[in-house]
Amino acid sequence: MRRIARLFHSPGKKLVPFITAGFPHLEDTVALVLAAERAGAHMVEIGIPFSDPLADGPVIQQTSQVALANGVTVPWILEAVTQIREHSQVPIVLMGYINPLLNMGLDTFLKKACEAGVDGLIIPDLLPEEGTLFFKQARSMGLSTIYLVAPNTPDDRIQQLGREAEDLLYAVSILGVTGSALAGQEKLDRYLDRVRAVSKVPFVVGFGISTPEDVQRAAVKADGVVVGSALLACLDEAADPVKEAVEYLRTLAAALSETSKDTVKGASI
Amino acid sequence: MSRSSKAKQTGYVQPDGEGRFGGFGGRYVPETLLPALQELEQAYAAAKEDQAFREELDHLSRQYAGRPTPLYHAQRISAELGTDIYLKREDLAFTGAHKINNTLGQILLARRMGKTRIIAETGAGQHGVATATVAARFGFRCVVYMGEEDMRRQRLNVFRMELLGAEVRPVSSGTRTLKDATNEAIRDWVVNVENTHYLLGSVVGPHPYPMLVRDFQSVIGRETREQFAQQVDGLPDLLVACVGGGSNAIGLFHPFLGDPVRMIGVEAAGRGLDSGAHAATLSKGTRGVLHGSASYLLQTDDGQVQLPHSISAGLDYPGVGPEHSYLKEQGRVTYLTATDEEALAAFQWLSEKEGIIPALEPAHALAVLQQGRIDLPTGSSVVLCLSGRGDKDVHTVAKALGRKLS
Repeated sequence: MRRIARLFHSPGKKLVPFITAGFPHLEDTVALVLAAERAGAHMVEIGIPFSDPLADGPVIQQTSQVALANGVTVPWILEAVTQIREHSQVPIVLMGYINPLLNMGLDTFLKKACEAGVDGLIIPDLLPEEGTLFFKQARSMGLSTIYLVAPNTPDDRIQQLGREAEDLLYAVSILGVTGSALAGQEKLDRYLDRVRAVSKVPFVVGFGISTPEDVQRAAVKADGVVVGSALLACLDEAADPVKEAVEYLRTLAAALSETSKDTVKGASI
Repeated sequence: MSRSSKAKQTGYVQPDGEGRFGGFGGRYVPETLLPALQELEQAYAAAKEDQAFREELDHLSRQYAGRPTPLYHAQRISAELGTDIYLKREDLAFTGAHKINNTLGQILLARRMGKTRIIAETGAGQHGVATATVAARFGFRCVVYMGEEDMRRQRLNVFRMELLGAEVRPVSSGTRTLKDATNEAIRDWVVNVENTHYLLGSVVGPHPYPMLVRDFQSVIGRETREQFAQQVDGLPDLLVACVGGGSNAIGLFHPFLGDPVRMIGVEAAGRGLDSGAHAATLSKGTRGVLHGSASYLLQTDDGQVQLPHSISAGLDYPGVGPEHSYLKEQGRVTYLTATDEEALAAFQWLSEKEGIIPALEPAHALAVLQQGRIDLPTGSSVVLCLSGRGDKDVHTVAKALGRKLS
């Protein structure tokens, strides 16, 4: 079983931090992933910076610009993953827009991602039907292809995307870009209930999750939560980004484990 | 059977059902936008078959936008070049450029879809003005995204949009120009997709935009065909148009693609093709994905989008419409370039010889004729798309010529 599938078949809610590779400094990336795992992260999403990130809000636009100015490239990121793998087996997902991957060559990218120890891919601007061959090949090489669903995705499409993705779906919490405010509880619950009802595949929820309260609100109905912009915002200009990340993620992990317990209790009643 | 032999038998039919022009086009967008693109595609397919829609668009084109625009035989420059040059006068269309053809079509679609809010991107402000105009006419709320840098360069158009009741939102991300304004418009659409129509201004973006913008702009070529047959006879030998995103060029070319007519698109070579400061996407770019479609793209070795440069804000874009990439690969259309300096010379030439001050964009197309860069048999006839008028550019030109306007 692929590492991501195994993780999401184990009990408990999963904390998934997102970091932009090479932000705030090149040397932070490997350290941040290892520290995130120590702080309670179950999986880490590493963002490949792109000059024109359509689905991202101001924070990730800015971190991407900084990372690019620092000289980050796709080969550099794969090398960082190789280094992480010398110390950790935490599942790693690469999140990146299609153009830099296309530019590298999709076959080359998949081969090198596998060799480096990447577990999964999220390509926010590659609809499953545009990337049919690419995603199929990725799966055949042992990578999890994590598809996005949104509040306006119809039921039958959520079901179909879940079936194709196999291991994990990513439920975008709102109609919006990363770093927006989270939806109201009732609206969020209704949406996540719908995802749960139509698809058997585990899912994480992301976009707009920044506080321990957000984590709890979002996690009740999901299998995990992704935290990106809020985490990156506290690394910006931090004297010790790794320390900052650990403290922040610990509070989220604590909030999440409470939700996990409550949900288990709730389920047993 | 190869694609091209099939095209010959059945006429030119592009894109396919997935919005692909050969290996270009498609839909490279976040999942959130898929329902809106499907809705737009369906609304357009239905509108095309609806006689009332076609009649209303035709009526507005005539009575509101001033169509048909003239096909004008430019005799003095013709005499100088020894070739008959006809100008398709899109500079005389309402709001001063061909952009109105597309915004009128799309505003009718937006109304059909029950949307209440319009968003658009703009570079020089021509598409922004054409959008604000139709939004005012039909009573839509309108937000236009414009790079801070472009707002500074095009203050007149910013004020025009405001007079028309639109809100112009400055974009301070990235390079603060058209590329970034387009990113922001797409982000706005992701958030407000339920009540908002994104009125995209060129033959770029995800399917169905390259197709529907082309269809709305094809009125340029259809009129040209009819006018040329009446005024001259038969078909012109050559069509020439400038290419930024490429909407005026596709609009002129498309109705002639099945005919033995040569076509040349002209991109902006900026300070020179080897200077790194140009916007010659088809000439110097490579295959990539930007703003929702696969096409040629100016990009770095690492796949990051490169900064273009052109004296003309309307050509200052690192991508190009996917159909142009396809036409280039098929060898159907030839793409040449003209530098800032050559465009300026052509700008002055047309002003002095014909009394027509052109926009800097079509001045690029004119420049390749003036520079004698095209081999033309004696007695050839050429139609050039004069896509817009030059009022918006007089400050830029004055500055380039070292003249100070108070």
